[in-house]
Amino acid sequence: MAAVETNALERSYGDLRAVAGIDLAVAEGEIYAFLGPNGAGKTTTVRMLTTLLRPTAGAARVAGHDVVRDAGAVRRQIGVALQEAALDPLMTGAELVRLQATLHGIPRADGRWKAAALLERVGLSDASGRRIGTYSGGMRRRLDLAAALVHEPRVLFLDEPTTGLDPASRQAIWDEVRNLNAGGTTVFLTTQYLEEADQLADRVGIIDEGLMRVEGTPGALKAQVGSPHLELSLADGGAERAAPVLARFGEVQPPRDGVVQVGLARGAAQIATVVLALDDAGLTVESLELVQPTLDDVFLAETGRHLEGADEGEADGDPEAEPAGADARP
Amino acid sequence: MTQASVGQSLRVVGALARRSIDQTFRRPQFLAPILLFPTLLLAINVGGAGRAVDLPAFPDVGGFLDFQLAASTLQATMLAAVSGGVALALDFELGFNDRLLAAPIPRVAIIAGRLAGTATMGAVAAVWFLVLGLVFGAEIVGGPAGALMVIALSALSAAAFGGLGAALAVRSGQASVVQGTFPLAFVILFLSSAFFPQELMQEPASTAAAYNPLSFIVEGLREPVLYGISGETILEGLGGIAVVGVVGVVATALAMRARLRAA
Repeated sequence: MAAVETNALERSYGDLRAVAGIDLAVAEGEIYAFLGPNGAGKTTTVRMLTTLLRPTAGAARVAGHDVVRDAGAVRRQIGVALQEAALDPLMTGAELVRLQATLHGIPRADGRWKAAALLERVGLSDASGRRIGTYSGGMRRRLDLAAALVHEPRVLFLDEPTTGLDPASRQAIWDEVRNLNAGGTTVFLTTQYLEEADQLADRVGIIDEGLMRVEGTPGALKAQVGSPHLELSLADGGAERAAPVLARFGEVQPPRDGVVQVGLARGAAQIATVVLALDDAGLTVESLELVQPTLDDVFLAETGRHLEGADEGEADGDPEAEPAGADARP
Repeated sequence: MTQASVGQSLRVVGALARRSIDQTFRRPQFLAPILLFPTLLLAINVGGAGRAVDLPAFPDVGGFLDFQLAASTLQATMLAAVSGGVALALDFELGFNDRLLAAPIPRVAIIAGRLAGTATMGAVAAVWFLVLGLVFGAEIVGGPAGALMVIALSALSAAAFGGLGAALAVRSGQASVVQGTFPLAFVILFLSSAFFPQELMQEPASTAAAYNPLSFIVEGLREPVLYGISGETILEGLGGIAVVGVVGVVATALAMRARLRAA
């Protein structure tokens, strides 16, 4: 049984289709990353899967339960850490996790014990008695994660869990997600960070304009867009003369700023041969770099745009960024 | 619903009520309207208009402070309701209600928890003004039983007004909208017999006060202090609370249904 399964899932706001018919299946124990720019439909999808938003068409099942007809059963099985880290700044960290335990029907004594254990696990023991309003962004995200875990959910939804965090805080969240997954928890996360999807996810779904563009393991997706290429700088303006030599190994791009690129079907294994061939031709290599395809290349291939920096053009008309989106919440 | 699930729901309501009370005490903006503003108004009224009791046709009371205690208590309950509504709307604005809505709890528990917290603040306000009255020379003719009656009526009226605040919060999801009703609470209160006896009012204020449910509620709060417990006045007070409460519950239910349907 899939932990998360959708069938032509849609959500429209009037004429705007924020999610335009998504099919996906996330296996038990998998880390699945939904990758896309702001306004792509990631958060809307998560809100539907967590029963916070009704689909306008299609169906979705989480932990075997329909998100509309059996929403209560879904809520018992999921943990949710939303994008805005919905925390009350006046509560203490310990109070929040204990409240979350109460919401999930955990007896008071167990709730206190679990809250203490979880806060220690995410490194917030010392701050557990402090008001959340005094927490840093990274502490808030870790607290939100701890609260989402108090009832040991089967499926954990993390909506952009590291957005705005510094590298150390981001790494701490990643480590915790990996630990949870190692314990058997299915993780469904959304992200706009290529590295996050690449590092964490077993499989990645690339979403744009409410549509699933492509899905697969990070390695398979990158392999689809081509082989790695070698970028070479040559001494004495040798880039022009190097082109015929490099053409023996793969497709050569016209030199730019003195750097010439050649695609290598067999990757790093060909580097030594290329360098020797250039040497035989009397050309001196000043520097070289083997560049692997990235998920951004996959996004570019599927949408014609780069994911990095895509947000600038996406802000307008973004249903998830509009204040009106808050009005649509239940 | 099984006994276990009823017990769990009550536990959730209790936990959310406690959070609501903690919020009020931890945020001066929430606490000041409930205790500070009515206390200041009480001091100004009693200090400046204390001789109103000498007016012909003014009811036979122990003192102007004794007469005003009910008005201050009712004012505090209304402002507790506004503060509760603002806090609920903030929970929508900040997304905290998403946390509650994503949990396996009945939707009604979210509102019930907030109202239970508001009711507790109503009781706190009643205790505050009764103690203040005793310290400054007022007499509670109804004795301890009368005081308990005032506290109970104050808690109930806070919950009833809280329903109206919750309806606005759920409907708008915006704290500023709920906050905007703050002056309205004063207008409705001044159109009742809270601050001045109805017998001394001019038309049309007198007619407005005669039909204003707040007049019934304030007389229910006032009777145990001034004259002792009277079944009829208490029942009329409960009737006034019921009218406000029913309107609040229906409005909140409709607002919640609309919100959930829109989701």
